[in-house]
Amino acid sequence: MEQLPWLPPHPDLGAAISQTKRMDDPLARLTEAIRLAGYRRDFILTARLDKLVTTGLAEHAAAARLTPLRVALLSSHTMDHLLPAIRVAGLQRRLALSLYVAPYGMYRQALLADDPALNAFAPQLVVLALDARDAPLQVPLQASPAEVEAAVRERVDELRLLWRRARERYAAQVVQQTLVPADPPLFGSFEALVPASPLALIERLNTAIRDAAREDGVLLLDLAWQAAGYGSGLADPVRWHQAKQLISPSLSPLYGDQLARVVAAATGLSRKCLVLDLDNTLWGGVVGDDGVDGIQLGQGSASGEAFLAFQRYAVQLARRGVILAVCSKNDLEVAEAAFAHREMAIERSAVAAFVANWDDKAGNLRRIASLLDIGLDSLVFVDDNPAERDIVRRELPEVAVPELPEDVADYPARLAAAGYFEAASFTADDAGRGRSYALNAERKAALSQASDMDGYLRGLDMVLRATRIGAAERVRSTQLINKTNQFNLTTRRYTEAEMARIADDPRAIALALRLEDKFGDNGLISVVLARPDAAIDTDELLIDSWLMSCRVLGRQVEVAVLEVLAAAAQAAGWRALVGEYRPTERNGMVAEHYPRLGFQQRPAPMGAEREASFWRYELASRAPLNHFIQVQA
Amino acid sequence: MNEKDILAALTQVFHDVFDDDDIVLTAHTTADDIDGWDSQAHVLLIVAAEQRFGIKFRTAELESLKNVGHFVQLIQTKLEGR
Repeated sequence: MEQLPWLPPHPDLGAAISQTKRMDDPLARLTEAIRLAGYRRDFILTARLDKLVTTGLAEHAAAARLTPLRVALLSSHTMDHLLPAIRVAGLQRRLALSLYVAPYGMYRQALLADDPALNAFAPQLVVLALDARDAPLQVPLQASPAEVEAAVRERVDELRLLWRRARERYAAQVVQQTLVPADPPLFGSFEALVPASPLALIERLNTAIRDAAREDGVLLLDLAWQAAGYGSGLADPVRWHQAKQLISPSLSPLYGDQLARVVAAATGLSRKCLVLDLDNTLWGGVVGDDGVDGIQLGQGSASGEAFLAFQRYAVQLARRGVILAVCSKNDLEVAEAAFAHREMAIERSAVAAFVANWDDKAGNLRRIASLLDIGLDSLVFVDDNPAERDIVRRELPEVAVPELPEDVADYPARLAAAGYFEAASFTADDAGRGRSYALNAERKAALSQASDMDGYLRGLDMVLRATRIGAAERVRSTQLINKTNQFNLTTRRYTEAEMARIADDPRAIALALRLEDKFGDNGLISVVLARPDAAIDTDELLIDSWLMSCRVLGRQVEVAVLEVLAAAAQAAGWRALVGEYRPTERNGMVAEHYPRLGFQQRPAPMGAEREASFWRYELASRAPLNHFIQVQA
Repeated sequence: MNEKDILAALTQVFHDVFDDDDIVLTAHTTADDIDGWDSQAHVLLIVAAEQRFGIKFRTAELESLKNVGHFVQLIQTKLEGR
């Protein structure tokens, strides 16, 4: 069975791995392994790729621009054979995963009985990989719905206790795997009408697990919903009886990918923007040749309906917060005119960046990323033309370019299967993101009309609202912390649980900041976490994290934020703020952030990182700050 | 495929699974002779061989594998039975 069909095939991946194996420099080997992980691969090649990086992954993670993460796998089925595929899928998403596997079947003990090995590992993410054969519910086949309900409740309460342990002890994000039915039905189609039949029980249990996960901020690895993609490689009885494997080794690349994408989403590494080609991708035919009325789109022909269905899928993705962009070889006027076609599902105004010209697509994708202030590694590029896909992959390896099926009717399923946009949360702000990018375009237009910068900023009628981060702001704030790379002073990533731990400290000042202007609500745009720290003076408050969405750059928002923070800190009796800047490859734009705001450089405290610089801001003697933002704290 | 061809193909499977091109197989090779051939690697070998030869082993057959010669014979029987 062909796995990972969205990844391009390599002419001879085995030979490429052998060649890489002979490289002496471990960093060069790791870099090449990351590149090769982006090709289609079976479980044997995947395991060989993993062996290329078994040594040196941790040491060279930073140099290879990988985010290191410790993941504990607590499981009721054998996982050891899945580890290579999980690590390789991590590499493909720029994660350097170190994995801890609790002894098979010991998931409860690992969490409840203070396992010293797990304590030493200190997981940042805990995966509870359970299966349907584990701890079956003790209800007789003739049990009533109420009896089934009570048994399900009891089991879910036990799981919630484990989740709570993982968060309290390690401040870890929990990922719960749903249960895959292992045994065939007893009753056939009548199965679901018997409340305590095996399949009905598992279905009821999975529903209860999902509901509890939603309430508790636990993420799912929803294997039960993904089961169709595994075919007979999932819960194969031969593999179970032989080695207690729920997932056959041959399906490990798919499982590894599905787990890694959830981990990546929790770490803020999911992709953000869908870039679409136009001719023969969004409609049939070439609008420049066939004219707007000549393209195939919509009712009337099977292929026209298939293109429409793909457009509708893109619109749905936009509604959940994926940014849409267009990258097409066309005259701009011709390409834009096509959006007047009466069957067009994607509205021109929903496209946040629209690039149509005759330049090469790699250059245009760079332009799109810069227009939207996002990294190339946030883009997914969909183009029916294999030659264009090939060039973009070669020129811009950071951009995800899925291999596409022959028929556009299969495009939506292929995009969904690739899991580029895996989410770790969904909020009202996500639903409005498309609108906010469109608004930004209007703001840029307003800027070009305004004769002077001050006049422009004053005319925006900006209102900044600051809120202490509580339960209501936690999800969105954590999301912003984990996905902001450029305007981010320290680039510290936190799980929701870690966030709660910092924000709930009464001495800390944890702020979520929202900005409105005359064009609309920008949503949550900045987060500041300030807390006491043992390494600095007792009357100094350390700014642990300060980050801001690039959407509101150049509008003096950071000045207004400092005003809010300084006022709150002074009111709480602090004498000075201490800012920290930790340089990364992405955050050069804030290198001068603290000096620009009037902070004075101060010596680094004991134990600070070598590259980090520290800055002090005296609260009593602070000068008034100039900006055009009305502040509501 | 004759026994010699099967042994050659199976050798390639071992090279891939153990990521070691120096492994030499004979009919008498057993798990004790190869570094890393533990119960987990055994399952990987079985699945890799199933994939390579397009066959499927039965649960009972997996328990009775004694050495590489036996493995080759079993594959040959399966290939002939297709």
